[in-house]
Amino acid sequence: MSIVHPDQAVELAPGVHWIGALDPHLRRFDIILSTANGTSYNAYLVRGEQGVAVIDTVKEAFADDFFRRLESVARYDEITTIVLNHLEPDHSGALPELLRRAPNARVYLSSRAQMMLKALLKPSSNQAPPDYTPVTTGDTIDLGGRTLAFFHTPYLHWPDTQCTWLVEEGMLFSGDVFGCHYCDPRLFNDRVGDFRFSFEYYYAHIMRPFRAHVLDALELLEPLDIRLIAPAHGPILRHHPRDYLARYREMATPRLALDTEAAGEKTLAVFYLSAYGNTRSMAEAIAIGAERIAGVRVSLFDLEGGDTAHFTDLIEAADGLAFGSPTLNGDAAPPIWALLSSLTTVNVKGKFGAAFGSYGWSGEAVRLIEDRLRGLKLRVPVEGLRLKLAPDASELDACRTLGETLARHLVGEAMPREVDLASLS
Amino acid sequence: MPKAKVIFEDIGVAVTVPAGTRLIEVSEKVGAGITYGCREGECCTCLTKVISGGDNLAAPSVLEDQVLKDNMAPRNHRLACQAQILGGEVVVRPA
Repeated sequence: MSIVHPDQAVELAPGVHWIGALDPHLRRFDIILSTANGTSYNAYLVRGEQGVAVIDTVKEAFADDFFRRLESVARYDEITTIVLNHLEPDHSGALPELLRRAPNARVYLSSRAQMMLKALLKPSSNQAPPDYTPVTTGDTIDLGGRTLAFFHTPYLHWPDTQCTWLVEEGMLFSGDVFGCHYCDPRLFNDRVGDFRFSFEYYYAHIMRPFRAHVLDALELLEPLDIRLIAPAHGPILRHHPRDYLARYREMATPRLALDTEAAGEKTLAVFYLSAYGNTRSMAEAIAIGAERIAGVRVSLFDLEGGDTAHFTDLIEAADGLAFGSPTLNGDAAPPIWALLSSLTTVNVKGKFGAAFGSYGWSGEAVRLIEDRLRGLKLRVPVEGLRLKLAPDASELDACRTLGETLARHLVGEAMPREVDLASLS
Repeated sequence: MPKAKVIFEDIGVAVTVPAGTRLIEVSEKVGAGITYGCREGECCTCLTKVISGGDNLAAPSVLEDQVLKDNMAPRNHRLACQAQILGGEVVVRPA
């Protein structure tokens, strides 16, 4: 039975209400995410003896629902505080209008959110900029008998994201963390349908690239005596809320640690495609060269023998990556591009990368792959190797040297060198 | 053209560059650990610690100053996409 009714807020505790909006017909979110159950834009209101706080807003198209629910539990002139846990438009769409209606309110947001706030209010430039205060872990606001405390949890999943903790009620307003695209008017996790898939799908697509930041955030949040998690999308988690923190920790932790980690070894994954065996010969020589360096474990993968999802897992886990492709009609082979365009769900920033490949006429693939690696924010410390047709003995030596140099970078033993910028491609 | 030298401490590479070059143009080419986002001085992704030779970098613009302040950047930190090397020697590493 529906808990959400039109025009009415939903009470979470006396003076604490859900004032969000439901979007049951949405099937695709932000172009890349699918949802079979729509989504919700959760916003909340907390009443203290000396003021009222609104935590997040909703997507602009749903602003009317939000304002009607807000008006059912508070007057605009009572609002002293607007907390923005995350400024993406699905949570800040109603903000410009809320600022117009609640001119006494001060905005609280993370320091990284300040520039975004200015950009967000650009379309309404005839409006005076709001008063705002950047906050971080340790900062609190006293609403009179109710305290909001802030936790700096950046990159979950934007640089600006933070969580807000209602101390007296043990409620965590977590923004997108612990959220999912699942719309159900029964609202609470002990009442809605089975949303486990949506919860894990959301993590896999939104939070996984920021796995290290997830673990940092869990360190901050796990010590709290959490009685309810109020995320910005999906069911409100009041039944066994700590289970969701535990599931996040599981998902952010590698399933099975490689013994390389225990040994402090670095890993290099070499991926290749080869039409005539020449690029394969290069890959094998690069692997042999890399293995000369103690503390580096090398894996070799033919892209024809697997699928993108598995290779994405391997790439996430590797410290260094080398990609080899022949040149076909002036470009790298399509499976390389399929793989390199599928890495938005994992963090590859700062990994070491290199490119190589054999070619017949023009050999553009290597430079194109290098450009893509740099675009993905990999570090490309060694100039890629492009060889005409089958590599001879000296060219295989060059491949081994490339592998060895890349491996030295992985273990922090790169040879100091001096170069002129003009000599670099 | 006057030359300058920038040393990327994290990978042990010293690069001779023409005066006026921005740090990011060099770090990207040598594979240093400084990564970038917008490249326009807004996102602060390319925050870089200047170990020495900070006076050899052009002074931060009003925009860079504001972004450094908004992101609570410690002293001796610059945005690689904005900081131009004017001459002499500068030693940097990722923030």
